Amino acid sequence: MDYIIEMLGITKEFTGIVANDGVTLQVKKGEIHALLGENGAGKSTLMNVLFGLYQPEKGVIKIRGKNVNIDGPRTANALGIGMVHQHFMLVDTFTVLQNIVLGMETVSGGMLHMDEAREKVVALSERYGLRVDPDALVSDISVGMQQRVEILKMLYRNNDILIFDEPTAVLTPQEIGELMHTMRGLAAEGKSLIFITHKLNEIKEVADRCTVLRRGKFIGVVDVASTSKETLSEMMVGRRVDLGIELKPQVAGEPVLTVDKLRVSSRRQGQTKDVVKDVSFIVRKGEIVCIAGIDGNGQTELVYALTGLISPDSGSLVLNGNDITRQNIRFRNTNGLAHIPEDRHKHGLVLDYNLGENLILQRYFNDEFQSHGFMRRDNIIAYANRLIEKYDIRSGQGAFTPAHSMSGGNQQKAIVAREIDRDPDLLVAVQPTRGLDVGAIEYIHKKLVEQRDAGKAVLLISLELDEVMNLSDRILVIYEGSIVADLNPQEITIQDLGLYMAGSAPGEVGRDVH
Amino acid sequence: MKLFSKLKTRILGFLPSILAIVIGLLFGLVILLISNPSQAMGGFSTILTGALHDMRSIGRVMYFASPIILTGLSVGFAFQTGLFNIGTPGQFIVGAFGAVIVGIKFPQLGGGHWIVALLASVLFGALWALLPGILKAFANVHEVISSIMMNYIGMYLVNYLVQNTIYDRLRNQSIAVAKSAVIPKWGLDKLFPRSNVNAGFFIAILAVIIIYIILKKTTFGYELKAVGFNRDASKYGGINERRSIVLSMVIAGALAGLGGGLLHLAGTGKYIEVIDVLAAEGFTGIPVALLGMSNPIGILFSGLFIGFLTVGGDYLQLYDFVPEVIDIIVASIIYFSAFALIIKDVIQRRRLRMGGEKEQ
Repeated sequence: MDYIIEMLGITKEFTGIVANDGVTLQVKKGEIHALLGENGAGKSTLMNVLFGLYQPEKGVIKIRGKNVNIDGPRTANALGIGMVHQHFMLVDTFTVLQNIVLGMETVSGGMLHMDEAREKVVALSERYGLRVDPDALVSDISVGMQQRVEILKMLYRNNDILIFDEPTAVLTPQEIGELMHTMRGLAAEGKSLIFITHKLNEIKEVADRCTVLRRGKFIGVVDVASTSKETLSEMMVGRRVDLGIELKPQVAGEPVLTVDKLRVSSRRQGQTKDVVKDVSFIVRKGEIVCIAGIDGNGQTELVYALTGLISPDSGSLVLNGNDITRQNIRFRNTNGLAHIPEDRHKHGLVLDYNLGENLILQRYFNDEFQSHGFMRRDNIIAYANRLIEKYDIRSGQGAFTPAHSMSGGNQQKAIVAREIDRDPDLLVAVQPTRGLDVGAIEYIHKKLVEQRDAGKAVLLISLELDEVMNLSDRILVIYEGSIVADLNPQEITIQDLGLYMAGSAPGEVGRDVH
Repeated sequence: MKLFSKLKTRILGFLPSILAIVIGLLFGLVILLISNPSQAMGGFSTILTGALHDMRSIGRVMYFASPIILTGLSVGFAFQTGLFNIGTPGQFIVGAFGAVIVGIKFPQLGGGHWIVALLASVLFGALWALLPGILKAFANVHEVISSIMMNYIGMYLVNYLVQNTIYDRLRNQSIAVAKSAVIPKWGLDKLFPRSNVNAGFFIAILAVIIIYIILKKTTFGYELKAVGFNRDASKYGGINERRSIVLSMVIAGALAGLGGGLLHLAGTGKYIEVIDVLAAEGFTGIPVALLGMSNPIGILFSGLFIGFLTVGGDYLQLYDFVPEVIDIIVASIIYFSAFALIIKDVIQRRRLRMGGEKEQ
């Protein structure tokens, strides 16, 4: 069998880091080839080499059996290589059609001819089931549609080697399903797809073969159908990964958080709408309570109200016997509340600060870190080093690593370390594993369970059904701002949970909530 | 060895500023060549060395630098805390008015008179930045818009107040301050004879040191910078982000106001003129801050450098250049200093490309 792409012994070094160390990737025509690895394993670097954005120090690239030198995206394009980047490369103020033809416009006498282009785009979009509105502005369309525009861009250029860089990270479950379908259709047409991901389920679903990278090194290439998920994750992480969690039986203790008739309204476009409607629940010592629900059902606002980022319109919050409804964030932070935020770049980290400065974000005013208003630098560095060690945060320059230069997984680890190390009575963790690879997910799950086992309360907000089912002592289902069910994960199936989340109660209607 | 590499990165950090200066100077040379080719080289070397000609010239550099170090510090401090304080001309002139009115009306204060007058300039400048700070913190009004407006309000208000309180009708300016309100020389007049340098220069250096310490060493600076970098994360961390924004703006205003006080209490015949022009020293703070990379120590040196050019430029008249040419040259260097940031950006990107620290 001939390979359409062969990358042999590719080595790419950055100062201090060997991002690719003699990596080999061979892709057959018409296959979906997965490229699997943890965050920072060198997947993106390898693809940037193939796309001509980086020049490798060593190695040979062959396309369709011929040695090639790819010195830029233009050359890559001429060779039929197209890429859907993780962060889309679209002009927001242009229409879908304008974006697709950008750089390939049909011009005569200095005037644009869009009619032909439009026909071609419409034909392509029908042929591959890629629904787009050619005249909509990119800034107005959903992320899913933006991705379809990116795919159409590649097809419009007659590319037959298509690279997808973590395409599912930004999509909803339905959109992921559609994308998988499209990818299979493209492969059936004879296109060759490289699918970069760290999600094993998706690989099992669509990929034919899979190349695994770990810390810049080539680990192996396997046939997906005959390889188990366990084997794949072991290859990726380098050790056995155990995602099955066993919660040892434990009786929940006294209430830590009591939420009573909490109501939050949002004013958007002149309309006032309740986004959290009279929510009441209790979280006790030694239990993980999970709020499950489809994204956008009031979880964000509920968490903001709990943690003080917004103030509720009515209702009350009691933490450890203190009424915190009207207390500020500092009070909550220093009285037993910790918060792993949903958006680690917006709330979690000051990206321009270094790791050490970020690790003391809620504690810089403690005597340990300041005296008479002056920062105690040595203590801050020592503390950072301790957390780096204890929580295995990987960073190039220790406490001095700029937060923005760390990988997503390690940024999240830093936040988790900071929050757990404050020894909170209540830990509010919002989608703590989003976008992370299995190794990091396993780690964070373990930490949450440790908190619980130590008799602390954990409130987990998650969209991932597996996580919800495996990790919680109790599941509260939120739907359109109300808690519609209080469930025991031992007594419910994942399908029923899905139905509750979709707003329809199987069998019975919402039981009493407490 | 480690110390050496640290020093090296420090110096490399100011590389863009140095490049901007070189480009600006070369551009100035071109202008000299165009306007009077035969004298151009002599004129050019005067710009570079004139200010080192004698002790008096060095004293003059320090005198010119003092107020613009403070307005530069004002802009730079605001930059470091995420704000663009373009309101320095307003804060400068309002601060000057505060200093002058106290300097005229309270001669009974005696030996401490000039100190009280300077404190008034700090207070007035701070007050003038308070409103843009509050608007930014509570209503999300961009500080550039509100402080530009405050510049004009400040200018006309000071004109009005001068005319109604401390007006010298004959010269269309404020009357002279009391002798006791003039900043003392502290022996600088002996060291740098016939120059106007005074203790104000030490006050500027003191301000540089204080701002440096606040930004680098204190929890207060940690809070202000955190809010500047990421308001949401600061709020999440329990920092009162609104208070921080107001305080940043107020401190920036206080610095600019002090600059106004230093200039108008120097006892050098500098009065508040009733004209409809924004204070140039205020705007000069922006290039001073840019050239100094918003670093307090950098600002000290860039302020001195601009003062150096101003003094060197004065001597250009000996070479038959009209004074306007001097202004063009100084302005072009200032102009190119704005490119310092762009050059910094280019250098950083280049470095990333050659081998980034970041993998993904």
